[in-house]
Amino acid sequence: MPDRPTAAVRPGQEHHVAPLEETPLAAVDAVDEQAPPTSLWADAWRRLRRRPLFLVSSLIILLLLVVSLFPSLFTSVDPRFADLTRSLQGPAEGHPLGFTQQGTDVYSRLVHGARASVSVGVIATALVVVIGGVVGALAGFFGGWLDAVLSRFADIFFAVPLLLGGIILMQMLDTRNSFTVALTLAVFGWPQVARIMRGSVLQVRSNEYVTAATSLGLGKLKVLLRHVVPNALGPVIVVATISLGTFIAAEATLSFLNIGLPPSTVSWGGDISRAQTTLRTDPWVLLWPSIGLSVTVLSFLMLGDALRDALDPKGRTR
Amino acid sequence: MPASDADQPLLQVRGLHVDFTSGGRAVHAVRGADLTVYPGQTVAIVGESGSGKSTTAQAVIGLLPGNGRVVGGQVLFDGRDIAHASRREFVELRGKHIGLVPQDPMSNLNPVWTIGFQVREALAANGLAKGRAAKQRAAQLLAEAGLPDADRRAKQYPHEFSGGMRQRALIAIGLASRPRLLIADEPTSALDVTVQRQILDHLDGLTRELGTAVLLITHDLGLAAERAEHLVVMYKGQVVESGPALQILQDPQHPYTQRLVRAAPSLASQRLRSSSQREQVAAAAAEHAGLAHAAAVAGSDVGVEQTANVIEVEDLTKVFTIRGSGPRGEKLRAVDGVSFAVRRGTTTAVVGESGSGKSTVAQMVLNLLPATSGTVRFDGVDITTLDARRRFDFRRRVQPIFQNPYGSLDPSFSIYRTIEEPLRVHGIGDAKSREARVRDLLDKVALPAGTIRRYPNELSGGQRQRVAIARALALNPEVVVCDEAVSALDVLVQGQILTLLNDLQAELGLTYLFITHDLAVVRQIADDVVVMQKGRLVEAATTDEVFRSPRQEYTRALLEAIPGGNIELGV
Repeated sequence: MPDRPTAAVRPGQEHHVAPLEETPLAAVDAVDEQAPPTSLWADAWRRLRRRPLFLVSSLIILLLLVVSLFPSLFTSVDPRFADLTRSLQGPAEGHPLGFTQQGTDVYSRLVHGARASVSVGVIATALVVVIGGVVGALAGFFGGWLDAVLSRFADIFFAVPLLLGGIILMQMLDTRNSFTVALTLAVFGWPQVARIMRGSVLQVRSNEYVTAATSLGLGKLKVLLRHVVPNALGPVIVVATISLGTFIAAEATLSFLNIGLPPSTVSWGGDISRAQTTLRTDPWVLLWPSIGLSVTVLSFLMLGDALRDALDPKGRTR
Repeated sequence: MPASDADQPLLQVRGLHVDFTSGGRAVHAVRGADLTVYPGQTVAIVGESGSGKSTTAQAVIGLLPGNGRVVGGQVLFDGRDIAHASRREFVELRGKHIGLVPQDPMSNLNPVWTIGFQVREALAANGLAKGRAAKQRAAQLLAEAGLPDADRRAKQYPHEFSGGMRQRALIAIGLASRPRLLIADEPTSALDVTVQRQILDHLDGLTRELGTAVLLITHDLGLAAERAEHLVVMYKGQVVESGPALQILQDPQHPYTQRLVRAAPSLASQRLRSSSQREQVAAAAAEHAGLAHAAAVAGSDVGVEQTANVIEVEDLTKVFTIRGSGPRGEKLRAVDGVSFAVRRGTTTAVVGESGSGKSTVAQMVLNLLPATSGTVRFDGVDITTLDARRRFDFRRRVQPIFQNPYGSLDPSFSIYRTIEEPLRVHGIGDAKSREARVRDLLDKVALPAGTIRRYPNELSGGQRQRVAIARALALNPEVVVCDEAVSALDVLVQGQILTLLNDLQAELGLTYLFITHDLAVVRQIADDVVVMQKGRLVEAATTDEVFRSPRQEYTRALLEAIPGGNIELGV
């Protein structure tokens, strides 16, 4: 011990012992057996369901899904039936939002247009998650030359802007439907998911439970599938939700440019494009599909934000 | 501010209450804390994580996080109540009158500015010096904090400094404007023991010379007792005992303090078992390995010595290529010609500071990392030559326990799945017998059966470590490699886990290879010690020999650096 002067005890520093009644001892490290068990996903769900951002966006998305699956529940008017005598007429009975220049019902086209947007968004996102997820997981987990090859390959596609790539590729395609549009968007969209997955896998891979699984005798691929991928999915889910919104916007852009879905398919992008000509005189024809598109894209972005808050491992420690 | 004489308290905390609001609920982090610091005195607040020791210090210096608030009591600094001081008042106080040495030297220096700049910043902020004068003063302060060649060092960036040097720089910043009170929040817990000792010695000398009072926050009772004259023991937000350091250590009154003194590894001096247990372990180990002849002679201590070595490491070397690849890459000999043997049924500790290569040795013994040269023999067989099937069998017999309780369990697996996984991977039993085995294992590690459906995020660090132990034991391994298995735990929990490991060893005849930086833990658990320094083995002997008569200079330095090692205890 250093030679500190052992001065007499000074006021305020006398030996003080708190009475035991006021400071009860807890058992060291006892388990709370009363609390209900919660998995990570249950925990995230509990966090989510109280967030207004999540509630609002998921309600809109739910409504959107119902509309695109069963449009006939909301309107019985044929969106393709054109009555030129009613061109650009205002709201009438059974036609609450009026008519387009072609004399088709705006409300019916709004309802039926949801399916095109949603299906393109969902298919493109599914493709992107599968391709990007597999490539990213392999690159991140195995590293080395495989990582180098896969990452550079992804960079080639990453370098092409989504829309520019979409325009070029769509012009070369003969068949244009929801699936080909989704495929085109996926071809240029997967590198983003691959990057996120790779980073997430790299982070999870360094955890000790991965080493523990290896020293149990588990093969590399099994370690990847059982322990790494489930824990690396969080950020991918967030990005996938947000990119679903951007894919819907991209589809509308392509359709607007008349190289997305064919005019025979009812879609918001196509309707916006055709309503341009009458924008000055009859803006509502353009307004309704635009609102549909904005609300849809916005709600996916909001859902992505809410999911990020719930799934972010940093947020969980709070 | 008036000049105070030595008999007036410099800092008085009276009935301090601090609340944190999180998720709409108020958490009482500090409940009625009292403490007094006189000028020039060193007072230590001792407690585990969550005891409110850091929160108390943060309240004193006005650095409570955004959701924390002083809701009651007084903080008198030089007679003035600063518990509710405004932001401006605190800016005036901080640095000039109350200095701070933060905990983590790695993240508390800004990586984009030179060390000298950051010291000058502290000087400028308190209006002490500017320009050329500041430059000179900064170098002076750094030299005073024990940095050699301070003029040149001041021009360097944090990444060019070791942890110890960074902490010295932080001390220089904390003392830059000669505060009268220095708050040191776990100033050395991120550093190696020998460095820790140097830094604390230096801080001691410096503050005594300058007459600075020190409020030391630490989890280490031994360290607190060695450095402070007055101790304040906190537990769950309350002060349970306070008084003169020696008196508290030798005659603890509150049951919590007694518990803490008993568990403090730096103060304990006993291997955690009796000699009768030792014989049982040897017998069980021999039985476990099916060595009939060893069992016959296990009744005597000689028998223990004759039991075969379960692990033999010979001339083990690992060379990593850092920076660049191929023959031009820079080479690092992480492990350099290490040889030792582990006797069956005993615990061998590999001790060393960070960078000594001890964890690399563990990885190679676990067959997770190929050796550059040398051999590891498990039960007489070189493990580097195993084919896939025999390696799978080897995995069953050697299992690891890791350091970080938060990273060693898969968060998406329930406790049941975590412990059951090794059984499933090795195709042992059916669903029903596996469940029975999991329950049995949970019981062995003293976790209630209710834990079985829970997830790791619901458990505390110590409980997670118990689950990790249960998983490691699921396959009935012969050897368990513990890589810093208790280093991240609070002292009481650490004591519990060490006792558990020790009991399990006696019950199951396990052999432990215990990797640790903490010689105090070694004394409690190990039979043999291997001391490593910079990749080389410096000393290998029995624990008693090493502690009684260390033969190497380095081992002696390590032993002397154990804080509070030479304080006589009353319990």
